[in-house]
Amino acid sequence: MIVELGHYALVLALAVSIYQTVVPIYGAHVGNPRLMELAAPAAGVQFLLISFSFAALIHAYVTSDFSVLNVWQNSHTAKPFIYKITGTWANHEGSMLLWVFVLSLFTLAVAAFSGNLPQSLKARVLGVQGAIASAFLFYIVAVSSPFVRIPEGRVPLEGQGMNPLLQDPALAAHPPMLYAGYVGFSVAFAFAIAALLEGKVDSAWGRWVRPWTLAAWTFLTAGIALGSFWAYYELGWGGWWFWDPVENASFMPWLAGTALLHSAIVVEKRNALKTWTVLLALVAFSFSLIGTFLVRSGVLSSVHAFATDPERGTFILAILALFIGGSLFLYATRAHVLKLEGSFEPISREGALVMNNVLLSAATAAVFIGTIYPLVYEAATGGGKITVGEPYFNMTFGALIFPLLILLPIGPLLAWKRGNLRMVLGRLKVAALLAALVALAVALALGAGVGAALGIAVGAWVFFGAWEEWAGRVMLFRAPMNVVMKRIRTMPGHLWAMTLAHAGVGLVVLGAIISTTWKGEVIMAMQPGQKVQIAGYEVVYKGMQQATGPNYLAERGTFEIFKDGRLIATDFSEKRTFLGRRGMPTTEVALLHRPLGDLYIAIGDKSPMGRTVRIYFEPMIYFLWLGALMMVFGGIIGLADRRFRVGIAERTESKVAAQAAE
Amino acid sequence: MRYRMRCLIVSLALALIMLAAMPVQEILRPTTARAVEPDEMLKDPKLEARARRLSQELRCLVCQNENIDESNAPLARDLRILLRERLKAGDTDEQAVQFLVDRYGEYVLLRPRFATHTLILWIGPFLVLGIGLVAAAVYLRRRVRAAPEATQAEAPLSDEERKRLRELLDHS
Repeated sequence: MIVELGHYALVLALAVSIYQTVVPIYGAHVGNPRLMELAAPAAGVQFLLISFSFAALIHAYVTSDFSVLNVWQNSHTAKPFIYKITGTWANHEGSMLLWVFVLSLFTLAVAAFSGNLPQSLKARVLGVQGAIASAFLFYIVAVSSPFVRIPEGRVPLEGQGMNPLLQDPALAAHPPMLYAGYVGFSVAFAFAIAALLEGKVDSAWGRWVRPWTLAAWTFLTAGIALGSFWAYYELGWGGWWFWDPVENASFMPWLAGTALLHSAIVVEKRNALKTWTVLLALVAFSFSLIGTFLVRSGVLSSVHAFATDPERGTFILAILALFIGGSLFLYATRAHVLKLEGSFEPISREGALVMNNVLLSAATAAVFIGTIYPLVYEAATGGGKITVGEPYFNMTFGALIFPLLILLPIGPLLAWKRGNLRMVLGRLKVAALLAALVALAVALALGAGVGAALGIAVGAWVFFGAWEEWAGRVMLFRAPMNVVMKRIRTMPGHLWAMTLAHAGVGLVVLGAIISTTWKGEVIMAMQPGQKVQIAGYEVVYKGMQQATGPNYLAERGTFEIFKDGRLIATDFSEKRTFLGRRGMPTTEVALLHRPLGDLYIAIGDKSPMGRTVRIYFEPMIYFLWLGALMMVFGGIIGLADRRFRVGIAERTESKVAAQAAE
Repeated sequence: MRYRMRCLIVSLALALIMLAAMPVQEILRPTTARAVEPDEMLKDPKLEARARRLSQELRCLVCQNENIDESNAPLARDLRILLRERLKAGDTDEQAVQFLVDRYGEYVLLRPRFATHTLILWIGPFLVLGIGLVAAAVYLRRRVRAAPEATQAEAPLSDEERKRLRELLDHS
C-alpha cells in the first residue's frame, strides 16, 4: 500500500511541478503578483510529495519488500541496516528519485531564503526549477519507476543483493553529495534563465547567485573527494584518479562551476562579465545534466549499451536537448539585452578572473572532448573503437591547468580595475622562494625528474602563495601581535574561504605529484611467514583465516609491519564474498597511516607460489584528502559569511551607522 | 628589521626542508615493480625499460581503463610478453606498437595517435583556449576604450524598484 502511495505521490508531484512552472512564469510575464505568489507554496507541496515518495521507497528497502522489483534486484535481508537505506539510491531508478528529491529540497530552500528577491525574479527562478523537476519526474514516472511490483504469487523470498563494492560508508554518502552538487547548479541555471527572461543582470543578481553556486560547488567537491577516496581504498590498486568517464562526468561540472564561482564575483563587485557569467551558469548545469546522462544511460561502456535500452537513453537525451538547447537558444536571442558593464584594465583582478575563466573553460573542454570522443567516433564510423586514456588527459589537461596554477596566487592580490603586477609579485616573494626551495630540496634529495620538480614547485607556490596573501591581509610580522590576532578574528568568511580553498588546491597538487612520483610498489606471491621490504618497512605475511560478516564470508590475511626491527602494527586485508547473486569478491585493504604516507596492503588471488599480495607505499597521499577537506571547509565558511545573507548584512551596517551617530 | 625577519624565515624554512628530506631519502625511492611478473622480464635492462615505458601506454583490452603494465588480467600478461618478444626480435618502439595495433586495432592505444581522425581530439582543447584568449583580448580592448565614466552608469530603476527603495529608506 505504501509503495502505491509513493508512486501516486510522485505522479501528483509531477502535476504540481507543471503547475509550478506554468503559473508563476506566466504571472511574471503578465505582471500578475497573485499568480507569481503561487510559486513558493507549489514548491513546498512538491517537496512534501517527493519526500513522501522517497520515504516510501526507503521503507520498502528497509522492510525488504521483495514484491517491489527494484528492491528485489538490489537488496538482501542480511544486509546491514545502513546499507538497506543507502541501497535505495545505489541503483538507477532509486538514484533518479534521489536526484529529484535533492532538486525539490533546493527549490524549497530557494523559496524559503529568497524573501528579498524581486517578486518576478523569484517567480521565474522557481518556475524554471519546476520545469527541471517536471522533466525528471516525467522521466521517472514514464520509463524509470522504482515502484514497479512483481506479480503476486511470484514474489521471491530473498533479494539479489546490492553491488558489494558499493557497501561502504564513503560510497553511501558519495551519491547524495554528488547530486547535491549537480542539482545545486540548477539554482544558478534557474537564475540565469530568469535573468534572460527578465532582461536584467546586476550586482544584486551576482550576490544572489554566488551562495547557491558556492553551496553546489562545496557539495560537488565533497562528493568527488569521497568518490576518489573510496576508489583509493576499495578498488585495491592504490590509485585515486583514473580519468575514467564516470569520474570525468563529475569533474566537468566541477570545473565549469569553479569558473562560475569566480566570474560571479566580477558580476557582484564590478558589474561586468555579465553575459559570460550567465552563459557559464547555463553551461555548469548542462554539464551536470550530461554527467547524469553519461553515468545513467549506459552509453559509456559502449554506444551499443545505449541501444539495448533505447527508451531511457533517448528520454534522457531529449531532456538534455530540451534544457541545454533551449537555454542556449534563449541565451543567443536574449543575451544582448544585458549590456551595461563596468570597465577595467587587462592587468587587474577582473583581468585575472577572466584568465581563470578562459583556462578553466579550455580545461573543461579537454576533459569533455576526451570523454565523448570515443563515443562520437564509434557512432560516426559505425563501430570504430578508439581509446582516450590517461596519457591524453595528463598531456592536455595538464598543459592547460599548469598556467592557471601559476596565476592562481597572483590574482587575489591584484587590485580591482587596475593592478600593478610588479607590486603583486613583490608581495609573493616568500612563496616564490619557498616553492623554489621545496622543489630544489626534493629534486636534490630524492632525484626527481624535471617534471616532478616543476609540479612540486607549482603546488608549493599555490599553497604558500595563498597563505602569504593571508599573512599580508592580517599584517603578520608587520603589526603588533594583538592587532594581528584581531585581524585574524575579524577576517570575513568569504576571504577565509578563498585562502583555504586556494591552499587546498596547492595541497592536492602536491599530493598528486608526490604520491604518483614516489609510489612504492611490491607485487609478489607470498608464503606464510615470508617477509618483504618496502619504503623502510618490513611486512611479514602471517597467513590466511576464514572470517564471517553480517552478509559476507571473508578470507582474511594477517600482516605484521615492522620498522627498524620493532613491531609497529598488525593489520588485516580481506577478500569478501557477499551473499546474493553478485558474487564478485571485494577487497578490503590494510591501511597504515604514517607521517610520510600510507602503507597499503591488498591480498589478491591464490597462485601456485602462494598468495598474491600487493603492497604499496603511497607517500603524502593524505595531502589529497587534506586539500579537498580544506576546499570543502572553505566553502562552508564562505557560506556562513554574513554578507551572503543579504538582509542581515544591511541590518548590521545600519546598526553600526546608528551607533556611530550616537 | 624586516629584512632580518625575512632572512630568519627563509633559513628556518631551509633547515626544515633539509631536515624533512633527509630521512625521506631512504624511504621514497622511485620504485617501478608493477604487475609484471619476474619471469616475464627481459634480461637486457635497457630493453626491459623500453618495454615498461611502452606498456604504460597500451590498454588492457578486457579491463576498464587499465594499462597492461598495471593490469593483472591474463590478457595483459599475454600482451606484455608479446610486446617483449617483438622488442627482442629487434623492432623499434613504433614497429612493436604497430604490431599490436595491427592485431587489436587503435583501441589498444591509451594515447590516441595524432592523425586526421583525431584532429579535433588533440586540437580541440587548445582551439578553445585560443578562442577564449582572442575573445578575452577583444573584450578587454573594448572595456579599456569605452569611456570609464559612461560605463559606470547603472540601468535606471523601474517603478517597482523605486517603490521598494522608498520603503527601505522609510523603514530605517
